[in-house]
Amino acid sequence: MSATEVDPATTNSPEAAMASRARFAALVQRQGAFAIFVLVMVVASFSFDSFLSRGNLTGIAVQASFLAMLALGMTFVIMTGGIDLSVGSVFALGGVLAAWGSQHGTLVAFALPLGVCGLIGLVQGLVIARGGLPPFIVTLAGLLFARGLLLLLTDEGAKTYKVPAGSSFRKLAQSDLLGVPYPVLLVVLFFAIGALVLHRTSYGASVLAIGGQEDAAELMGLPVQRTKVLTYVASALLAGFGGIMIASYTSSGVTILGVGLELEAIAAVVLGGTLLTGGAGTILGSLIGVLLLQVIKNVINQVGSLDSDWQAVVSGSILLGVVTLQRWLTRAERT
Amino acid sequence: MTSTTTTTPARGTGDPVLETVGVTKTFGGVHALRGVDFQLAPGEIHALVGENGAGKSTLIKVLTGVYAPDAGEVRYAGETRHFRGPSDAQDVGISTIYQEVNLVPLLSVARNIFLGREPRNRFGLIDVRSMNQQARELMRELTIELDVSKELGRLGLGAQQMVALARAMSVESRVVIMDEPTSSLEAKEVTTLFTVARRLRDRGVGLVFVSHRLDELWELCDRVTILRDGRWVHTGPLAEMSRLELVSSMLGRDVEEVASEGATEFGESHRRSEEPAMVVSGIEVRNRLHGIDLTVRPGEVVGLAGLLGSGRSETVKAIYGAMHTDAGEVTVSGKKVRANSVRRALSAGIALLSEDRKAEGIIPDLSVRDNIALAVLPRMSRAGVVSEGKIDALVETFMRRLQIKASSPQQKVRELSGGNQQKVLIARWLCTEPTVFLLDEPTRGIDVGAKSEVQSLIDELAQQGLAVVLISSEMDELVEGADRIVVLHDGSAQSELDSRNLSSSELLRALAGDRSTDSPRGGQTGGPTDSPTDSKGEAS
Ligand SMILES: Nc1ncnc2c1ncn2[C@@H]1O[C@H](COP(=O)(O)OP(=O)(O)OP(=O)(O)O)[C@@H](O)[C@H]1O
Ligand SMILES: [Mg+2]
Repeated sequence: MSATEVDPATTNSPEAAMASRARFAALVQRQGAFAIFVLVMVVASFSFDSFLSRGNLTGIAVQASFLAMLALGMTFVIMTGGIDLSVGSVFALGGVLAAWGSQHGTLVAFALPLGVCGLIGLVQGLVIARGGLPPFIVTLAGLLFARGLLLLLTDEGAKTYKVPAGSSFRKLAQSDLLGVPYPVLLVVLFFAIGALVLHRTSYGASVLAIGGQEDAAELMGLPVQRTKVLTYVASALLAGFGGIMIASYTSSGVTILGVGLELEAIAAVVLGGTLLTGGAGTILGSLIGVLLLQVIKNVINQVGSLDSDWQAVVSGSILLGVVTLQRWLTRAERT
Repeated sequence: MTSTTTTTPARGTGDPVLETVGVTKTFGGVHALRGVDFQLAPGEIHALVGENGAGKSTLIKVLTGVYAPDAGEVRYAGETRHFRGPSDAQDVGISTIYQEVNLVPLLSVARNIFLGREPRNRFGLIDVRSMNQQARELMRELTIELDVSKELGRLGLGAQQMVALARAMSVESRVVIMDEPTSSLEAKEVTTLFTVARRLRDRGVGLVFVSHRLDELWELCDRVTILRDGRWVHTGPLAEMSRLELVSSMLGRDVEEVASEGATEFGESHRRSEEPAMVVSGIEVRNRLHGIDLTVRPGEVVGLAGLLGSGRSETVKAIYGAMHTDAGEVTVSGKKVRANSVRRALSAGIALLSEDRKAEGIIPDLSVRDNIALAVLPRMSRAGVVSEGKIDALVETFMRRLQIKASSPQQKVRELSGGNQQKVLIARWLCTEPTVFLLDEPTRGIDVGAKSEVQSLIDELAQQGLAVVLISSEMDELVEGADRIVVLHDGSAQSELDSRNLSSSELLRALAGDRSTDSPRGGQTGGPTDSPTDSKGEAS
């Protein structure tokens, strides 16, 4: 009776109106952060002459690239309905290991942090997927573990490993291609791969299915455990890689970096429109979330009279605003 | 798979393609299955029946590797198999539609159909275009026209069920198992499903079919296996069995005893008073409802009839405040109820047993007791003190009345069988003692025994002066249960029928007649669409 009678004639009125409203809501859900980002950019460029200067923009992009690596992994984790609190510490640990490793050659500077961080991710993933423990707890333990390891390695943070002066390892984050710094290029590359993986591979499909309805994913025969393990490994590897980049960029293993960075990554992902409950979101959104946070930092730094602690206050308020808006829109759309 | 079994004279006589031998499964102390032998032959449609909690879904989950049996074994094509999970069973060619619609609401229809086996391009990446294309073709085969890139969660339950069917059909399988696939389907979709099932059977596929709508069994199935309390009771050709025999063997009661009961358990018409309990006037919901008027008196059961997309579920949701209305007014016992607020509706005495139990209502991790008590807590604890004893007594009464099969009131609802979860929800609403009770498909998924119990409960409540609005896609239930039937069509009330001298077939004809008088195909726009996508369960 019903189905076959929906013909084009009827779809262009009420149906279409509903659909376009839904599409608008979805747009804001996904692009809300983008709108605010553009707004902040416009206001900043009028307020500060130097804001749009090449140097400043490049600075923002490079500064954002470290957080972006964490946010990319976090996006996948959150899409499965999980959370990874360990990434900030893993990032710092990766940086210290890379700086130490660079004294033994560039290869070690890459292999050592990736190996250790990957292992941390693997253990976390296995415990979460096989043991069924809540990701919050497991990665909180991971956070403590990684930070403890880092303190052990650095005599409670007193020792700072330096990247040798002539080491080719420095090139990773300190060179550029046609004026675009390597870290920025790497972020673009990684995010492009990330988007491809999410939308065009069965792993990506599993990630979304698990976050959307885990029981269903299980009954559909999807590799739920494997997908989760892979996701936490990827998150730790990306955090470790971010650490490698920062070690190269600063030419040293800075131990105090990365504290609280996991929360910034989560904020960026949520700003970017990924549902904290999992199952839906975009990779590009997370990148915009990262940029937004970084631009806010930059703007507040430029207002000389403002304490840099305002960064957190402003970022927090914007996060709350965007999330409330998203919530409100999804509500409006569903009724 | 063109197999020779199509020419076999008696269906179900070939070597079994899938079987269990002495399968036992316990959960804690509960014996869900006790030494069950089951054989599915290629080229047959095998009905699996039993009361709620008899073990049907558990047997299916053992067959498909979701659960490992405690004892006994599963054989596929004559070989013993130890499936480690549903994917193992899928890999060898067993497609399953589990009882709960088990898809991912946030993903698109096409994604859901192909999850885990998406078409790839030559780079090994998912070929989205061809995925959507194939999905469209599958849905067209099922005569469901919808946008396959639409989020599944936006579809009505029936359409979601058809997507699950499309998923099961999208692979070549030797076995297709369907656990209550028709419970949320309308007559037309059921017909489509049967056509598909028969086509698969003729290709030599073995099908398992579970349903509490017994008439469907004789229409579709070749053989039947009956389970009772986790035990195998009977297997044999359906043609040799009468409905009475089947029911009595299911319930474990004598044929005579069962025969003495009517088709439904509803009594005659009710005593009504003239002051209306609820007056609904001019309810408007954009694109859905167009000026619905409805009056229900105390002690009266008003049926809402209509085809898919006619706006039945929307009407009760709008009354309950769960769907945003653009205009209209609801008064209960003479007092106006503020629109669009479930809380106001509740405190005015309106209760809704909604169609989509899973999404709205049940809290799987709470116990049976707490799920029932949830609704009465505000009332019973008005003075700040909750009488535990009173709640226990209430819970106990309902568990007995509705034959809720649980190991104890403390058992988590998640662990109950599908039909028993349904009963818990009914119990919850019943004990709120509403003034007006809106029932959307109250007996869906409930076995014959408990169905009549639910029906007589509704009857009894009406006798006591409750005003009831009843939605059911079973004509018998409407004709016998309701005093009046309001027929909805395209979101407005079309006609009203007195159910006293009405037969089911007359009602069916009335519904169909409504249809043929005005269904402008490709005519003027502005009429509400009634794709299955818009019909139900949207305002969750
Ligand atoms: N995960 C579980 N934990 C505990 N008990 C369970 C679990 N799954 C099923 N049971 C119990 O096993 C019994 C059989 O349940 P099952 O779901 O197989 O029934 P069913 O025949 O499918 O009933 P319905 O017609 O209501 O769907 C029930 O008593 C149920 O409470
Ligand atoms: Mg069941």
